[in-house]
Amino acid sequence: MRVKQLSIFMENKSGRIAEITRILASAGIDIRALSIADTTDFGILRLIVNKPDEASDVCHRAGLMTALTDVIAIQIEDRPGSFSEAMQFLAHAGISVDYMYAFLTPGDEKYACVIISTSDPERAEELLTKAGVSLLDAEKIYSL
Amino acid sequence: MKINIYNKDMECMKRSDMEALQLERLRNMVDYCAKNVPFYRERLEKAGVTAEKIKTLDDIKYIPYTNKTDLRDTYPFGMFGAPMKEIVRLHASSGTTGNPTVVGYTREDLDNWSEQVARICMAAGATDESIVQICFGYGMFTGALGLHYGLERIGATVAPTSSGNTEKQLKFMRDFGTDTLVATPSYCLYLAEAAAEHAGEFSLDNYKLKLGLLGSEGCTPEMRNEIEQKWGNGFFVTDNYGMSELNGPGMAGDCVFRNGLHISEDHFLCEIIDPVTGEVLPKGSTGELVVTNLTKKGIPMLRYRTKDITNINYEPCACGRTTARMHKIIGRSDDMLKIRGVNVFPTQIESALIGISQISPHYQLVVRREGYADNLEVKVELIDGTLLAKYSELEALQRKVHDKIKSILGIEIKVTLVEPKSIERFVGKAKRVIDLRNVK
Repeated sequence: MRVKQLSIFMENKSGRIAEITRILASAGIDIRALSIADTTDFGILRLIVNKPDEASDVCHRAGLMTALTDVIAIQIEDRPGSFSEAMQFLAHAGISVDYMYAFLTPGDEKYACVIISTSDPERAEELLTKAGVSLLDAEKIYSL
Repeated sequence: MKINIYNKDMECMKRSDMEALQLERLRNMVDYCAKNVPFYRERLEKAGVTAEKIKTLDDIKYIPYTNKTDLRDTYPFGMFGAPMKEIVRLHASSGTTGNPTVVGYTREDLDNWSEQVARICMAAGATDESIVQICFGYGMFTGALGLHYGLERIGATVAPTSSGNTEKQLKFMRDFGTDTLVATPSYCLYLAEAAAEHAGEFSLDNYKLKLGLLGSEGCTPEMRNEIEQKWGNGFFVTDNYGMSELNGPGMAGDCVFRNGLHISEDHFLCEIIDPVTGEVLPKGSTGELVVTNLTKKGIPMLRYRTKDITNINYEPCACGRTTARMHKIIGRSDDMLKIRGVNVFPTQIESALIGISQISPHYQLVVRREGYADNLEVKVELIDGTLLAKYSELEALQRKVHDKIKSILGIEIKVTLVEPKSIERFVGKAKRVIDLRNVK
């Protein structure tokens, strides 16, 4: 099962990230990973959370514009070169990465987790699995 | 399609007969004003105009214009033509800048006003079987009571629900089987959005809405389409025109052909002038609408400058009426923003935005002075979540909105995408422009 990523449209005004994350916190949503780019007027807050559907509902009720999209999560060894190797498989297959972000797997410091958004997640999954890269199951990510 | 005409004698009169009637009434009105309103007596004397000097309708050009400031300066009753004993109703404009303008009506004025409104309601398609909800705020504003009396005049069932309380409005609409709605275009759109939000509980099929008599703020054809599509089921939106200084709503309104707003010409004499020079423009030109009351006794207006930009078509209409038709208001000479020397009407921006489905029709304009240049920012609400998958798609949308507005206005602008429902919704007239140029 692919990992669901919650994207939230956000105006660039002071305190907005605090407000949005407060909405999530008050609904008991736990954030696993997040990413936000350096933007001008607006940005997209990307989140991996423990309960993506519930989080999406909470945001929707609060009047936020959100989207749930599938991303893939891979587990790589925490050593120099392991990430580059995984990326080579994708590059050779011509799969382009829209964006990604990474975090160290808690409690298991030997591994890092990389969240990848690509236009063709199905093929990316297939290729990476074939190449022996381990993919993380959605449930596992949510319950980290 | 069945066409109903409330007053065939007046609405289908031969043009030459109408002009003769207007001339007779204009002369009477000049005489009435000179006798009963000191303000006019002084002005007419100074201009050397008497009823006898008005030989043709064109001679109206000798009468000086009346402006809104004249009403403010004579607040509250200085321009009344009838003693308070004969005045049976007062209304007032909002007065957002300085004194409000107050208008008074004699019993005969109210009667004429009701008839004018009855005409436009029937022209739009309302009948004695209509069930109408009036979502204009009651009170000093003329919109609600004006429509109220006119609709009662044709025998419709009127529910004065007034403004606000959207949930209750929708409940009444479902439970009463309301088929006609009186509201501002933006509130009508808001009601449609609110109804769609509850579609799980009450689908849009629970509403019997057929006709919208929308007014009191501008509505572009694009916004009209948007409203009709949101409500669906053949909902038909009509526009009407009026202002408290000229009674209120009902001076003119759409017929079912929606090819210009039919003017009650037996009560109102219209001219089009150049808003800058004040010169009367030839028939068919676009410019500022100037209106003279031909029958009003409470507070008659002679050549009142409406500040509304339009043009008038004198050809008979397919509906059978021969009354002149004014184009939907194209803009306000007041609302007109001058940005880097270019005239910008908010309606132009509105027409650019509607048709882009990823954003809502609500928008806000912010004008700032940065250095020596004026900058226009257009804020639009994102409503399409699928674009969040890629940042580049949001940028593409921003560019698309930017290019469309820029091509219409011909000046550089900045487009900002904002969160849904973050732009204030208005029950009354929408305030879409924030001009910060003189704010330090």
